[in-house]
Amino acid sequence: MTMVPLTHVLLLSAVLFALGMGGLLGRRNLIFMLMSLEIMFNAAGLAFIAAGARWGQADGQIFFILILTLAAAEVGVGLGLALQIYHRFRTLDMDEVCELGESFNDQAENR
Amino acid sequence: MTVLLFYFTAAVAMIATWLVITRTNAVHALLYLIVSLLATGFVFLLLGAYFAALLEVIVYAGAVMVLFLFVLMMLGLGKHSERAEKGLLKPRLWYGPAFLCGVLLGEWGALFAGHPLSVELHAVSAKAVGIALLGPYVLAVELASMLLMAGLVGAYHLTELKRRPPA
Repeated sequence: MTMVPLTHVLLLSAVLFALGMGGLLGRRNLIFMLMSLEIMFNAAGLAFIAAGARWGQADGQIFFILILTLAAAEVGVGLGLALQIYHRFRTLDMDEVCELGESFNDQAENR
Repeated sequence: MTVLLFYFTAAVAMIATWLVITRTNAVHALLYLIVSLLATGFVFLLLGAYFAALLEVIVYAGAVMVLFLFVLMMLGLGKHSERAEKGLLKPRLWYGPAFLCGVLLGEWGALFAGHPLSVELHAVSAKAVGIALLGPYVLAVELASMLLMAGLVGAYHLTELKRRPPA
């Protein structure tokens, strides 16, 4: 059984990471931003697994497990924040919630 | 064979991820996100990381996505969500995720059809992971447990709803 070339797995990981980053920058709904963060965590884990499989070491999978715990903690806190923000502002749009100066849309209108 | 399956899975993962970040309905995006995570789990399987593939399906596609779904349902946005719920029952919505899942299922069958779970040369077994996890990496495990504890306490405090006037 031939092995999958490492370069291509890393390429897949990079594409997934870029898609997640595009979603994080492009979407303004907090739930979608959290989902994009999950995609990026997942892409980083894929890179770890690929490197671990290439050299036959267990370290890659261990770091994937650590990323998994990090993502679980992040989702718990992030969704708690989402609930609290929705309770206070009645919206999940991050531009509406922005209280530190003007949001991007306001700046565009003022220009 | 493995290489061909990898390219199919990579295509499924990229299409599903693209659909996640372009959907406007959060539940639709969640369905495609589950497909994307399943595809990544299949890539782990192809790379010989069986334990990580199982963790991916159980923890990510299972627990974390259910958490997302809980919050989405909890925030149920009035009449709009009611219409969305009715839309959820239409089969048309399920065609996309079901098709991509079908591709993954076909690959699964193709992988195990010829050779029943032949262990690859570079496969890292769960035993090796466990030995390394509780050997040289025991400090990292302790740190991860502390992180989870902090996340638990933080989530509990953040979701506590105090009746205070709006800021």
